[in-house]
Amino acid sequence: MSNSTLKSALLAAVAFGALATAPAYAASHSIGACLITKTDTNPFFVKMKEGAEAKAAELGVSLKSYAGKVDGDHETQVAAIETCIADGAKGILITASDTSSIVSAVKQARDAGLVVIALDTPLEPIDAADATFATDNFLAGELIGKWAAATLGDEAANARIAMLDLGVSQPSVGVLRDQGFLTGFGIDVKDPGKWGDEDDARIVGNDVTAGNEEGGRKAMENLLAKDPMINVVYTINEPAAAGAYEALKAIGREGDVLIVSVDGGCPGVANVKDGIIGATSQQYPLLMASLGIEAIAAWAKDGTKPAPTEGKDFFDTGVSLVTDKPAEGVESISVAEGMDRCWG
Amino acid sequence: MSSTQEFEKAAATSPTTVAEFKSHDQSAVKRLQHGLHQTPWAVPAIVLVGSILVFGLLLGQKFFSPFALTLILQQVQIVGILGVAQSLVILTAGIDLSVGAIMVLSSVVMGLFSFRYGWPAELAVLAGIACGTFCGFINGFLVAVMKLPPFIVTLGMWQIVLATNFLYSANETIRAQDIADQAPLLQFFGNKVAVGGAIFTYGVIFLVLLVLFMAYVLKQTAWGRHVYAVGDDPEAAELAGVQVKRTLISVYMLSGLICAFAGWALIGRIGSVSPTSGQLGNIESITAVVIGGISLFGGRGSIMGMLFGALIVGVFSLGLRLLGADAQWTYLLIGVLIIAAVTVDQWIRKVSV
Repeated sequence: MSNSTLKSALLAAVAFGALATAPAYAASHSIGACLITKTDTNPFFVKMKEGAEAKAAELGVSLKSYAGKVDGDHETQVAAIETCIADGAKGILITASDTSSIVSAVKQARDAGLVVIALDTPLEPIDAADATFATDNFLAGELIGKWAAATLGDEAANARIAMLDLGVSQPSVGVLRDQGFLTGFGIDVKDPGKWGDEDDARIVGNDVTAGNEEGGRKAMENLLAKDPMINVVYTINEPAAAGAYEALKAIGREGDVLIVSVDGGCPGVANVKDGIIGATSQQYPLLMASLGIEAIAAWAKDGTKPAPTEGKDFFDTGVSLVTDKPAEGVESISVAEGMDRCWG
Repeated sequence: MSSTQEFEKAAATSPTTVAEFKSHDQSAVKRLQHGLHQTPWAVPAIVLVGSILVFGLLLGQKFFSPFALTLILQQVQIVGILGVAQSLVILTAGIDLSVGAIMVLSSVVMGLFSFRYGWPAELAVLAGIACGTFCGFINGFLVAVMKLPPFIVTLGMWQIVLATNFLYSANETIRAQDIADQAPLLQFFGNKVAVGGAIFTYGVIFLVLLVLFMAYVLKQTAWGRHVYAVGDDPEAAELAGVQVKRTLISVYMLSGLICAFAGWALIGRIGSVSPTSGQLGNIESITAVVIGGISLFGGRGSIMGMLFGALIVGVFSLGLRLLGADAQWTYLLIGVLIIAAVTVDQWIRKVSV
């Protein structure tokens, strides 16, 4: 082998090596972030992902999204956290399916130097995450409770209330909304960490809906069989409210029952417009996600952690009552405005 | 001639009656066991009547009214229709884990063809029905021709169909009011007939007619007997001239077709087209089938029993809710019923008369 060929071979090797290391070098300097949602099919999480992707593109953050196969799929979420750590990400945004079991996996990530932000669903305990960006679900419930009481006026004392909750395992989101509603309506909630222990005679009963139309209809039918004179219906979300409405329609009582709900999805707000739902509390998933990405970028830059809202143990992304029948003393926005800001 | 041949003497002492099966043990228990073997729907029927009586005594008018009793029918209509599809497959010693998913996808096709593509409702319904039948055909082809185990095939199809459902619909709900305005035919099965306090939806009437029709087909037609034969022993059926492959494919296609009708009925029940509905349809329909006394090992049981099985679950669910019990008690008791039903099935199978 002549000297010149040896030289060019060496040069080639060096060049190749430089080429190979260049992207790795670049990658280690761009900020990696992960978004882990409960499912990737629920419009609420679809919207959250859109918000995160838009903000990530704007800030030059490389975002990877993961989701459980079904709501409650804890294992896939743990695997996603492990993947993010291995991937060298700077931070994780997570809506946990199992708020207490996820804590040990989250701790692993934080120990590895990642910032972990809970979106929408607080962990148990809430300080297991570096921060929580969420709707104040208790306030969301309280708003519809106050609205229902104010709309009924004096009749509130004789109300017959049906409570359409999420699931028998009493996930925190469902408990907070339920207890918020009762508080807003002026009912003693007993243990605030649990629904169903109230003894106020105005409550006809609680039933579970799984948050969809089918469950909403069945739960409403069950409670109507208990007391056909129900005139106030609390629902965990708008699909459950749509199902409850079908059950009321079946017995011809759709006109004289007040249905209230929480979420602010576009079909739900349209149902408020049509008078099927009286009022709904709207939450803002896009905002949660974009703020989360900003927080990860800030953490990667200079190690600052997001601060909670004054007087609360989480960062409140806001909630608005959407109705076209505003009630005295309860702040609300119009359906038109709710339509502009709806998701899904 | 000294005599007639000796062997003819033997004939004189031989029995004069035709050969027949005799019961060796005439104890009451054995007779009961035999009776239950002959009428596979008897056990669920007894349990159903018993549970209605118990809840009737505990709750009185609230439960024992035409309104509440027909409400149970409305609440089980979807599971009942899926149960018919499931029964057919289980009678062939298979299992269909994809029934709920096929149902939801069919309903989503009906909704999207009407609203996304603007097809007339009649054609959209036909498209949904074709979609369900096609999913059933894939199941049947893989089971009968590729010889794959039904459990595996339908486990895979369950996930494929459900994922298709979510991808295709983007998980967007079509609202009940829009359907009522623009394509009321989709809500056809939600129409109702009131007789006194009793309310029958078209979906409930469809379920009852479907069960009666399929019970007749299974008992009285050659195809129906072939279904039982294939479930009992496919090799023997083949040797006896049954076209096993064709029968299996037709069973899975019919199952898919019935699932599509369940999807149509689902729109009638919940008003809207919602891609998140019905995901537990496979488990609920298997529960109805098992409690209804159809053997998971194939070839035994009646579709009427499945209807009773579904109704037992409905009676327990509503009864316990009216009593104010935690919903967990319903699940617990349904679990006990499932195990009890299989125990009874095993006991009846040991009939030795």
